[in-house]
Amino acid sequence: MKRQLMVFVKQVPDTKNISGEAMTPEGTVNRSALPAIFNPEDLNALELGLQLKERYGFKVLVATMGPPNAAEVLRESLYRGADEAILITDRSFAGADTLATSYALSCCVKSVKNIDLILCGRQAIDGDTAQVGPQLAEKLNIPQICYIEEVIDVNDKTVKARRSIEGGYEILETPLPTLLTVIDSNEPRPPSARNVMKYKKAKTRSELAKVHGRGTDYTDASDLLEEESKLRSKNLWIHEWDASKLSADIERIGLKGSPTKVKKIESVVLTAGKVVSVPPTEEGINALIRELIEDHTLG
Amino acid sequence: MSEKNGNVWVFIEQEGGKIAEVSLELVCKGTELAKKLGIKTEAVILGNNLDGKIETLFHYGCDTVYQVEDKALEPFTVLPYAETLVKMLMEHRPNILLFGATLKGRELAPRVASTMLAGLTADCTDLQIDDFEDKIAKKMYKNKLMQIRPAFGGNIIATIVNTWEDPQMVTVREGVMKLSTPDTSKKGEIVKIKPELSAESKVMHVIERVSAEKAVDLKKAQVIIAGGYGVGTKENFKLIRQLANALGGEIAASRAAVDAGWINHDYQVGQTGVTVRPKLYIACGISGSIQHRAGMDQSSKIIAINTDPEAPIFSVAHYGIVGNLNDVIPRMIKAFKAKA
Ligand SMILES: Cc1cc2nc3c(=O)[nH]c(=O)nc-3n(C[C@H](O)[C@H](O)[C@H](O)COP(=O)(O)OP(=O)(O)OC[C@H]3O[C@@H](n4cnc5c(N)ncnc54)[C@H](O)[C@@H]3O)c2cc1C
Repeated sequence: MKRQLMVFVKQVPDTKNISGEAMTPEGTVNRSALPAIFNPEDLNALELGLQLKERYGFKVLVATMGPPNAAEVLRESLYRGADEAILITDRSFAGADTLATSYALSCCVKSVKNIDLILCGRQAIDGDTAQVGPQLAEKLNIPQICYIEEVIDVNDKTVKARRSIEGGYEILETPLPTLLTVIDSNEPRPPSARNVMKYKKAKTRSELAKVHGRGTDYTDASDLLEEESKLRSKNLWIHEWDASKLSADIERIGLKGSPTKVKKIESVVLTAGKVVSVPPTEEGINALIRELIEDHTLG
Repeated sequence: MSEKNGNVWVFIEQEGGKIAEVSLELVCKGTELAKKLGIKTEAVILGNNLDGKIETLFHYGCDTVYQVEDKALEPFTVLPYAETLVKMLMEHRPNILLFGATLKGRELAPRVASTMLAGLTADCTDLQIDDFEDKIAKKMYKNKLMQIRPAFGGNIIATIVNTWEDPQMVTVREGVMKLSTPDTSKKGEIVKIKPELSAESKVMHVIERVSAEKAVDLKKAQVIIAGGYGVGTKENFKLIRQLANALGGEIAASRAAVDAGWINHDYQVGQTGVTVRPKLYIACGISGSIQHRAGMDQSSKIIAINTDPEAPIFSVAHYGIVGNLNDVIPRMIKAFKAKA
């Protein structure tokens, strides 16, 4: 059997490009109006995974946890060269903090089995916590190396990698399986035209059901079953796993499995400050600089 | 549970015996929280050959320092650190545990929180003590740690609470909490510990390690000229440098400028960068997102240069210049050279 690695990716709202339309009249962000994108550092993790596929012949599995339409980032991964994709989706996962999330992801790794390397982006831009990677490693009781810049070598038993540390770098060697979190240190490849042609037809169960206006429990519909088995045989099937398929303990997922609770959320209302308006002219700026020198802020 | 009355713990980060500044800042904040709760402030430091390196922790308010030494704890690797800390947490059950949001802290804290089944909040910008009523579970929690951080897109501030068993864990960026004046007469108790490390914790090998002091210490700069995405190009960042050179200041940047690759992350100001309080902060082409403001709004004087009169940066500025930075900055340099 081929050696396998798994890359965890996330679909995130594009917090960097908050445009006018995404703002409510109250001045807060309307999350649903933001475009959904592939979390940037997860693309770096995927790129590293694909490089390891080329160097060592790994099979690259990609998984994400999210709502049904998060399948989009999985297809994007297939377009770039991933071999197989898993969507972890279930209403009961909703409201998960990083602890409950890492637990759910650990169930996914355990269901697949025989994974030598797990790759994650260092952090996702919607929360910037960088917690899920290390927590997943702990849940699986395997070592972790965070802030990976480059993998130097993988052999049968160990991985040797270079990672960023405060003010420099470090080369570490750990036994497999190991989890790596990857920083923005490589150039993610674009989708290949051939893969796009092939995998744009890849579907999850929900997507197939939706096309036919059915629920996902279509066990009585022979036409859908036939189509499913066709997709499977052509490797165009995106696995869709729920909590029971993952054998996840329902006490440990979603809101229930999350120790952190949000006490309150306040919109930040900007009070008009006592700002002194300085004209951008030479006179205006001269006067400002003079004032700053006189009150000893400058000079 | 909080009834058991554990203490406030601060994880002290050190490198070659030198204690990280953020750890001292957290001792100061920890002392404040401990006073409110009527409990002690205790520090835990891991490494090797730490004798004589830790007295400063007492000066900032620690009552006790757990000094844990082993060859395997220097330099830092995550597994023996996590294993040691978890054992100590199980034994002492602190109420609160604070970590610096450094690379090490952000690698270690989640691993430890995961074993402890404890909540963890990253990059808090404020910490307070208050009661929490979980309206859904109809449960009242007394004297909990309010973990306050900007969240999603930055237009909201979230207050987060850990409702499971203690410790209540958070990470805090360097510069966010203020250093108090140390009292060099203060003393405390040192508890020396020799950990028993498992073989599994020793499987990571450091093959090579190269580290130098940070290129800049923005926290010490009196005058900071920060460039944002409005600077436009990497090449144009020289304008920011020129103004900094003229005024005798240091350069800094918003995350958008760092992400664009115009300048390195050491220079980023904000929630996920450095927090600064200079005498003068000049924000050039920075819109003023809450994450950016969190890192600079305590500056004594703030000048904002922005083409957009509606930019939120003006709400924290003392002087606002609505204009193009490509015109304004050369004028500032000229004006200063003429006056100084
Ligand atoms: C969890 C999280 C953490 C974050 N942490 C940080 C952080 O630590 N620090 C940080 O800075 N950001 C942080 N951000 C990002 C933050 O939300 C903003 O995206 C970022 O600060 C925007 O940078 P900016 O103001 O340079 O760019 P923009 O928002 O794009 O603003 C550019 C500004 O330049 C002005 N401009 C354009 N051309 C000119 C010109 N010629 N002359 C004058 N003005 C001009 C425009 O009017 C605009 O206001 C974080 C975001 C998240 C989600």
